Amino acid sequence: MSSNGAGKAAGYIGKGMPRAATRRLVSGRGRYVDDISLKGELHAAFLRSPRPHASFKILETTEAKAVDGVIAVLTVEDIETVCGPWQCTLANAPNLFSPPQRPLALQRVVFQGEPIAMVVAMSRAQAEDGLERIVVEYDDLPAVTSIEDAIAGEARTHAGAPSNLALEYVQSTSGVELAFDKAAHVVHQRLKFNRKTGVPLEPRGILASYDPADDAMLVHASHQMPHQLQLIIADLLDMQLNKVRVICPDVGGGFGIKMHIYPEEMAVCAATKILGRPVKYVADRIESMLSDVHAREHVVEASMAIDSDGRISALKVDDIQGLGAYSVYPRSSTAEGFSALRAMGGAYKIEQFSARLRSVLQNKVMTGQYRSVGHPVAVAITEALIEQGARARGESSIVFRKRNFVKASEMPWVSPAGGRMIDLSHYECLDKLLILSGHAELERQITVWREQGRVVGFGLASFVEFTATGAEGYGRAGVLVSSQDTVIVAMDPTGMVTVQSSAAEIGQGIQQGLAQIIADAVGLPIVSIRVNLGDTQASPHGGGAWSSRGAAITGEVAWQAGRKLRAELLSAAAAILQTEAEQLDLVEGDVIEKPSGRARMTVAELSEMIQFRPYDLPEGLRPQLTVAHGGGRGGDTFLPTNGVQAALVEIDKMSGKVVVLKHWVVEDCGRVINPLLVDEQIRGGVVQGIGEALYEHCRYTEDGQFASGTLADYLLPMAADMPDVSVAHVETPYSGSVLGAKGAGEAGACAAPAAILNAVNAALAPFGGSVDTLPISPVAVLRAMGALQGVAA
Amino acid sequence: MNNTSLDDTIAISLSVNGTNVSARVSPRGSLVDFLRHGLGLTGSHVGCEHGVCGACNVIVEGRVVRGCLMLAVQADGAQITTIDSMSPDRYVLALQQAFYERAALQCGFCTSGMILQAAELLRRNETPTREEIRDALSGNYCRCTGYHAIVDAVQTASHALNATPSGNRLPG
Ligand code: FES
Ligand code: FES
Repeated sequence: MSSNGAGKAAGYIGKGMPRAATRRLVSGRGRYVDDISLKGELHAAFLRSPRPHASFKILETTEAKAVDGVIAVLTVEDIETVCGPWQCTLANAPNLFSPPQRPLALQRVVFQGEPIAMVVAMSRAQAEDGLERIVVEYDDLPAVTSIEDAIAGEARTHAGAPSNLALEYVQSTSGVELAFDKAAHVVHQRLKFNRKTGVPLEPRGILASYDPADDAMLVHASHQMPHQLQLIIADLLDMQLNKVRVICPDVGGGFGIKMHIYPEEMAVCAATKILGRPVKYVADRIESMLSDVHAREHVVEASMAIDSDGRISALKVDDIQGLGAYSVYPRSSTAEGFSALRAMGGAYKIEQFSARLRSVLQNKVMTGQYRSVGHPVAVAITEALIEQGARARGESSIVFRKRNFVKASEMPWVSPAGGRMIDLSHYECLDKLLILSGHAELERQITVWREQGRVVGFGLASFVEFTATGAEGYGRAGVLVSSQDTVIVAMDPTGMVTVQSSAAEIGQGIQQGLAQIIADAVGLPIVSIRVNLGDTQASPHGGGAWSSRGAAITGEVAWQAGRKLRAELLSAAAAILQTEAEQLDLVEGDVIEKPSGRARMTVAELSEMIQFRPYDLPEGLRPQLTVAHGGGRGGDTFLPTNGVQAALVEIDKMSGKVVVLKHWVVEDCGRVINPLLVDEQIRGGVVQGIGEALYEHCRYTEDGQFASGTLADYLLPMAADMPDVSVAHVETPYSGSVLGAKGAGEAGACAAPAAILNAVNAALAPFGGSVDTLPISPVAVLRAMGALQGVAA
Repeated sequence: MNNTSLDDTIAISLSVNGTNVSARVSPRGSLVDFLRHGLGLTGSHVGCEHGVCGACNVIVEGRVVRGCLMLAVQADGAQITTIDSMSPDRYVLALQQAFYERAALQCGFCTSGMILQAAELLRRNETPTREEIRDALSGNYCRCTGYHAIVDAVQTASHALNATPSGNRLPG
């Protein structure tokens, strides 16, 4: 059923159009949480633990309460009267161990930066003054920081816990060992991924206002899924769901960081309930670095078996993942590990697979889902093994890849890692990328550069990314996360259409995408469509922004809603014009007679008549100008997309610094709704991936002190260091939907680290060295070049 | 600790977007906080409060300044322009149009600072190369775009400005 209707109607679908909403943003007229104020609002600040692990006692708060402007000093005892603890559990992993977590710590702190008290005052500055006067006594406990220490288990993240292992998972097909025994080549790779974090430019923030008369709460939050937040606030504060209204106004970037339940947000909701006044909290940058979820802390060991025909026969993976002090609520930090496992082996037909995942607790802030969740780990390890395998066979890695790709004729194919591979285009993407990058000429050029003494390398990475997660993903885990959406389409008497949807706009442009889809689905000019998102009071429950789901899930629902409205309009017009609906078409807001193409009336005239002169309508005709459609995808819980990335890097011989000269991406996200926006999603993701490969590192000292609190300590990709990124597409529509769209928002981040890693190791190959830790530090590069061995370089 | 002195306010007078403003401000308050919360001009944003991200850029006496690194009291007597101004100059207008058309913003949180910084570049150098643009914007952090589209947009604005030297006809 792939292209019925959607292909034919396409006028706006597939067109690169700027986002109407950005007119406001370029004029500085965005409204982010901190731009919104409520009369009588108070400001919160948090006292955070300076210790990674300690029992503590708050000895003294009276002085803090006496500070000018301070309204209240709240501790866990106060908060617990209105807000219960939460605990991450997974129905399909019942052994997961993660203790209950509270808005403010109870007796023991388990990571540096964990909030232990809250001051609410007339101004933020006064609240911070109050913090300084709270007296706390700490009794240090041994802290667990590195993954290795967590596994060794001498110290415990949670005093008294049986171990630091939150979860262990193993899986294996039956023939793995046999495949390794019979292999012509076996290659190994160990990769260490250091923690990074999302660093959306707008920090997390919340403004919550409780109305005791109605037992209702209005919440403005910088968050990716208003309905999930609403559900959890209502649950933890024991309120009726429809009395909690969550509005996510303009959101200054999310990337997965703003989809979790954080102590600070829940403490603010509790505080407004206790105080009966609006309370605002916006994290400062240091707090963000310290308390936003981190991500991607893994040590992975993997081996690949290759038979004598050059086919990959088996893959073995052992992944240890750092969770921090808790498995993050409600989606679980372990999702990153599971997501990495599912993506192992990526684009290749590997029948034998075994994996072990150990997720360990540490006295650090939680890790959690961050852009392309887990995939970059899987792609980096798989693609590093591919390069090694090709080298072992003495052939080009392009030839080796092509021999082992899952072929179109073999799909659908369910990988042993659990991915259902369907509608993928590995060969087309790789071929297109080789042309896009001018690969043959580039290889010649690299040889010349090397002869001139330059240290350069080209690296490839194929990838499969699972997107637009369906209901079974969290449903079977018993986690109340919606993967469905509702789209309400309402035509007003002037023929304009207002859309309400449970999708969320965090800068990715889904608001524009939905407008294009609905304009085509109904047959209206795009200027007549206004899409509203991010308000639980305006839209029924649904998923929000995660898993690159907007185009694939919300878009499909929006198409269906638009078609319903179109059907209503056409049958009304047919009755009025005394013809059959099949004889009419709706084009750019005109009701057209089909054979002649003659406009018979405008949608505005039709809508006006329905609204104001229903008595003039033919007997019994009750057209609906407001229609809704809801749902999600049934099959393909993890909807695969694919692509290939490549990077050209140069290493400065003196400093070991890696410079990315150029980056290329060919990507297949199925039907592209708006190529202008999709390309920028890819580019933004690539640069986050370059940051992951080269700069970004949440450092902790051995004793658990966080050492990356400012943007001077935590290096980010900045304009001067970044390359231009060439992007092209192959479009293989998803065969299970009308629009055929799949997720695109995370594909850039998915494989950029792998491409950079392969490029750096290609550059280092002539020196006989390699790097195996992300981010790739200049020191590691110099060491791999043999430049740090006392010999004058 | 002498807490009261911190909360003593100091009188300042300045011009903001062409309007004269007199206010009493806390001696420890930053300029960007004063503009955002004191005057309700929320177009400049706060991304780091330590001078690294450029989200808080405002124009003080014709120069782009980090609003988080300058105290409000230091702005006494100064002429200040922010992105909120209803009569932006031709450089800013050209950049706004180009950023919009090129999708050179996603969340938009960096955009005010980027545009003011890019306008300063174009005022200095009407035909910058990509490298010069990247260098000029190297103190402005954007997490969303990866910068490529921003560099494109600044180039487009530069072309548009050169095509309309009088600045009356707007691009697009
Ligand atoms: S907020 Fe001023 S530079 Fe970041
Ligand atoms: S557009 Fe989001 S930070 Fe630049």
